[in-house]
Amino acid sequence: MVRFENVGLRYGLGPEVLRDLSFRIEPHSFQFLTGPSGAGKTSLLRLLFLSLRPTRGLITVFGHDIASLSNDSMATLRRRIGIVFQDFRLLDHMSTYENVALPLRILGREESNYRHEVAELLQWVGLGERMWALPPVLSGGEKQRAAIARAVIARPQLLLADEPTGNVDPNLAQRLLRLFIELNKSGTSILIATHDIALMDEYDARRLVLHEGRLHTYE
Amino acid sequence: MTDVRQKLGVMSVPKKAEKVPSTGTAIIPKNSIAGQALIAVIAIMTFLASLTTGAVMLVLGSAADWQSEVAREMTIQIRPVAGRDLEADVRKAAEIASGAPAIADVQPYSKEESTRLLEPWLGTGLNLDDLPIPRLIVIRIAAGENPDVDALRSALSSQVASASLDDHRGWIDRMRAMASTAVFGGIAILALVLAATVLSVTFATRGAMAANGPIVGVLHFIGAKNSFIAGQFRRHFLALGFKGGLIGGGAAAMLFALAGLVGGRFIATAGGDQAAALFGTFSIGVLGYAAVLGQIVLIAMVTAETSRQVVNHTLDTVE
Repeated sequence: MVRFENVGLRYGLGPEVLRDLSFRIEPHSFQFLTGPSGAGKTSLLRLLFLSLRPTRGLITVFGHDIASLSNDSMATLRRRIGIVFQDFRLLDHMSTYENVALPLRILGREESNYRHEVAELLQWVGLGERMWALPPVLSGGEKQRAAIARAVIARPQLLLADEPTGNVDPNLAQRLLRLFIELNKSGTSILIATHDIALMDEYDARRLVLHEGRLHTYE
Repeated sequence: MTDVRQKLGVMSVPKKAEKVPSTGTAIIPKNSIAGQALIAVIAIMTFLASLTTGAVMLVLGSAADWQSEVAREMTIQIRPVAGRDLEADVRKAAEIASGAPAIADVQPYSKEESTRLLEPWLGTGLNLDDLPIPRLIVIRIAAGENPDVDALRSALSSQVASASLDDHRGWIDRMRAMASTAVFGGIAILALVLAATVLSVTFATRGAMAANGPIVGVLHFIGAKNSFIAGQFRRHFLALGFKGGLIGGGAAAMLFALAGLVGGRFIATAGGDQAAALFGTFSIGVLGYAAVLGQIVLIAMVTAETSRQVVNHTLDTVE
């Protein structure tokens, strides 16, 4: 599904922030990405959701070498990847429903076709009563669930989550983890970037540990 | 996915969703674009463009009227020459002109009529016998006909040595040149107005993109193509362009309508006749108003397309 071969990344003329990364994300797999602050987790996530191209090395995503892809092709591939940010990145002027429906809207689907689908997913993540609300009035946990709903509404094959439990209490963190596990069981590959050791201990999954720009894998 | 959802005990799945809000909200918020300033700029640009177009159309209309008037007439001038009978020469020239094809009317000016023509410059009570004043014959060309000017000129010069034929070609050429200059000047002003509009919209689009950076970022990572993102901005700028264009074009159209109305009230006055002689009736006509409407649409389209191009270019550069 995703393959990194000797990937290196530097910003401008600065030092390499990622060095010789080689790993694969297999279909239906579940993995945690962890490491100290500044180790390059965010940069690796940006490479994974095709927001950056590597300085060197090979990245193939769904069988495509991203070095040779046009911007439009990259956008098409991005639709197969869901991403959840730590800071949610919901659009404040749109309702929760509209935020979650956004990926379907950019696919050009008519609202009448996805209305029930979005409402059902919002019910599923426990936001059925909050779909009218604007993000500024949602709690941190509600925002996080809305962001997750937006990431999975278009049924991505790969879901990337950056510190998804960073702003929620332990109880909700467990519920969110359970949600990710269920998504994984339904066929979505999951990669969760986190500092939360307790969260990682909750579920036995592969750990990708970044340290000083290098990746160590613990199966 | 429904099966998976049903496995989650804490989150129930309803059979049917009820009361779902609409997704009609614009992805790029309207109030995030500095619209009022841009509308004002576009209104001013459209107003200037419409005034220019109207002025060019007035000049073209008047020039066409003058040309058709002048082109339907020719003048034979008979110079007094010592030893020749001027009256006989006038009669002979008139006879030749009357016999030529495509001529509707030949009107020789008598000595008295020639005197009256010169009164504005020389005053009344002059005895023209003392001056070598040439005599004129005005020839009117039949409607829709083209006389053989060269043949007529040749016949006159062979039979009346002191006669010369003026087909007003020089005047017509000058008027054509003046009309062409007005058109080129108008086109140059329109090009400048469009360039200024494009620059204004470019700066406004860049500002709007900067203000909406987080939204563009979200659209980007959920897989929106550049054309989709550009389309969101284009929609806003098209509306702004139309609004500004309608204000500016509407003001110009009202100004022309007012000028036409005021001009109509001064008909048969000295100033009004002078202005009418120069600019016609001050009315740009249906074609003129259609041109103003066309400019409103053009400015709106230019505004929308410029914003789309700027967004596309910026996104391509960023990626």
